[in-house]
Amino acid sequence: MNRRESLKAIGLGTLSTTLLLDACKPGDKKLAEQTGVETGAAEAGRMPEEIERNKKLNAEKFFTAHEMATITVLGDIIIPKDARSGSASDAKVPDFIEFIVKDMPRHQVPMRGGLRWLDLQCLNRYNKTFVDASQSQQIQMVTEIAYPKKAKPEMQQGVAFFNRMRDLTATGFFTTKMGIEDVGYLGNAPNKWTGVPPEILKQYGMENV
Amino acid sequence: MDELQIKKSSTVYDAVIVGSGAGGGMAGYVLAHAGLKVLMLEAGPFFDPAKDSMQMKWPWESARRGASTPQRNFGDFDGAFGGWNLDGEPYTTKDKTEFYWFRSRMLGGRTNHWGRISLRMGPDDFRGHHIDGLTDDWPISYDEVKPYYDRVDRLIGVYGTVENIESEPDGIFLPPPKPRLNELFIKKGAEKAGVRVLPGRGSVLTEALPGNKDRGACFFCGQCNRSCKIYGDFSSSSCLVIPAMKTGNLKVIANAMVREVLTDASGLATGVSYINKDDMQEYQVFAKQVILGASACESARLLLNSKSSKHPAGLANSSGVVGKYLHDSTGSSAGGWLPQLIDRKRYNEDGTGSIHIYSPWLKNNRKLDFPRGYHIEYGGGLEMPGYGFGGGIQDMNALLPGRKPEDGGGFGASLKNDYRRLYGTGFGMAGRGMAIARADNYCEIDPSVVDKYGIPVLRFHYKWSDAEIKQAKHMQDTFQEIMHNMGAVYGPPEGAETSYGLEAPGKIIHEVGTVRMGDDPKKSALNKWCQAHDCKNLFVVDAGPFVQQGDKNATWTILALSMRTAEYILDQRKKLNV
Repeated sequence: MNRRESLKAIGLGTLSTTLLLDACKPGDKKLAEQTGVETGAAEAGRMPEEIERNKKLNAEKFFTAHEMATITVLGDIIIPKDARSGSASDAKVPDFIEFIVKDMPRHQVPMRGGLRWLDLQCLNRYNKTFVDASQSQQIQMVTEIAYPKKAKPEMQQGVAFFNRMRDLTATGFFTTKMGIEDVGYLGNAPNKWTGVPPEILKQYGMENV
Repeated sequence: MDELQIKKSSTVYDAVIVGSGAGGGMAGYVLAHAGLKVLMLEAGPFFDPAKDSMQMKWPWESARRGASTPQRNFGDFDGAFGGWNLDGEPYTTKDKTEFYWFRSRMLGGRTNHWGRISLRMGPDDFRGHHIDGLTDDWPISYDEVKPYYDRVDRLIGVYGTVENIESEPDGIFLPPPKPRLNELFIKKGAEKAGVRVLPGRGSVLTEALPGNKDRGACFFCGQCNRSCKIYGDFSSSSCLVIPAMKTGNLKVIANAMVREVLTDASGLATGVSYINKDDMQEYQVFAKQVILGASACESARLLLNSKSSKHPAGLANSSGVVGKYLHDSTGSSAGGWLPQLIDRKRYNEDGTGSIHIYSPWLKNNRKLDFPRGYHIEYGGGLEMPGYGFGGGIQDMNALLPGRKPEDGGGFGASLKNDYRRLYGTGFGMAGRGMAIARADNYCEIDPSVVDKYGIPVLRFHYKWSDAEIKQAKHMQDTFQEIMHNMGAVYGPPEGAETSYGLEAPGKIIHEVGTVRMGDDPKKSALNKWCQAHDCKNLFVVDAGPFVQQGDKNATWTILALSMRTAEYILDQRKKLNV
């Protein structure tokens, strides 16, 4: 089977390249479901144990409404909307974080404890929890824990929490359709790999390597 | 449940094969195409990559964005059911040693998810005793295996380049994929360090395979580890088992966990007993030949659990070597990122899902403080984002132009832009080395533990020696030099406290050697045809028969040896010897 026949075999053979790209992406409706939590119920190739596990995780709830609100505000401070793409909450990052802490219990105590640590800091400083603090207070607070090398020694627990929160937000955002388009990943599309484009080889002086 | 009883099949097959991976699949393919009636038992579910692969799925189609799960240790889209820990199927270790036993449970076994890295072992890998006296020679030479390697290349397809290096024998190659941009930096850096870099060797159809109408040519999604819907790479399921089923001569029973090999009063094998995981009933099936391809350790377990008056120490074990000489490849790795690639232009750089470049071992160990070598596998490029994307950016973004060291981390629009700027700059390298096969690295039956099916489990005893630890140190030193030459950002080398990053035994999933072959029945379980010395209609076709693995990954050698054994069985049947 040549490549043309290969693509036909997976149902992509008669389309142009641009259409090929679209053909590999699920429809908008499915997307809306998938930016949040995917049920996996009828997915081919999934073992019953996997489907069962996802169902169980989806039925559980970990974060309280207050914790979710805090995660949402923090997520949008970490990845705000800009000219190229939307914010963390536009990409449903809080839903991803809710799922992933259930999936990976090692995140649970550091996240729950870190959120409470943050609230206590804010209560002591501003007499308000983090979500109820003003925007400038929120930014002031985050600034103290967002730069590990600048942070004061007594802020180190906050730094550890914020590093984790930033990592989860980045994964949650850049693995959505919005995030992947933002970062410019152009793969997961049938093609013929013929090597690094000549102009890029030239840019890096790699023509003869 | 109905009263428990053993259901005995009235059919006597020409052969029963335990396991459907590279070894079992190849034996089934050869025997079914020769007209034998073959039954194959697989402990996991049926799996056809054409229908069951997660290929071309986007990260958001997984709630965990492709992160690993207990069922899929290499990620939610990876094509491997199984792992180092299976529910209800324990194994144990003794004397505070470590071994991690990976078990794949699905049609095609581990060949659905592997890296498709397809290296031949060389003449000194088969016969290395003369080098330093540390290893035992195989009873067969490279020249005897070469014709089978050649035929495996033609049957399955492998890319690579002819290099005429004696220790790295050439095959019959399809064109290799060109390096990705990051890999060109690696190549330049490695060659400056005196480490030669070759185009990769992988079983992916970069062009249509001549004479094969059932498999598609690769369309370069880079997702071989998910298994391929158009059979564009090698999986035992797509390339061997399913084609063998199409002959009408091979029947597969999935979810069949084999308990033991059955023997008669004369000591010959008559079939196997298994538990059907769907109905939890006990079955016995009968065949003229019994062929084990259950994986090196699982086949050893089956033999050791198959005791009878004729075979009191377990089947094929009058020598006492079954389970001994267990060895896995060594592994140690490093990675970093290339500041030169900040703000790089985007294009589709997925390539193939196997290696694009690698470094064979070409150094002379007589001048080094460890006896045998390793090869290096490399990778990096504009990869599909998945779980972990952008992780640890606080250690990277302070190095962007114009930033101060204390600027690492942050938030907001500037951080968001940093993720874009740093995307595609990462790379990694991993050494895979030869470990010496030793009798005191072994698996045996744990006298007091059974799994949920009531089958006695394996107990492991495994220690790395100085030879492997010093080899890992050399890997780390070499990686540092390469990364320095690349102008990369990278951390310090792994030190003595981690044995230089040496992975625990079993973690590389190249474990072999537990049912070793040899000419002397007192020192080996199998003869040079992988036929048991003690039981002439019993064969082992996985990596159990390996006497000594080279630094090369095991799959291509498993395939060549299984083909050779299957043809020996056909020949012996003709001569009425088995």
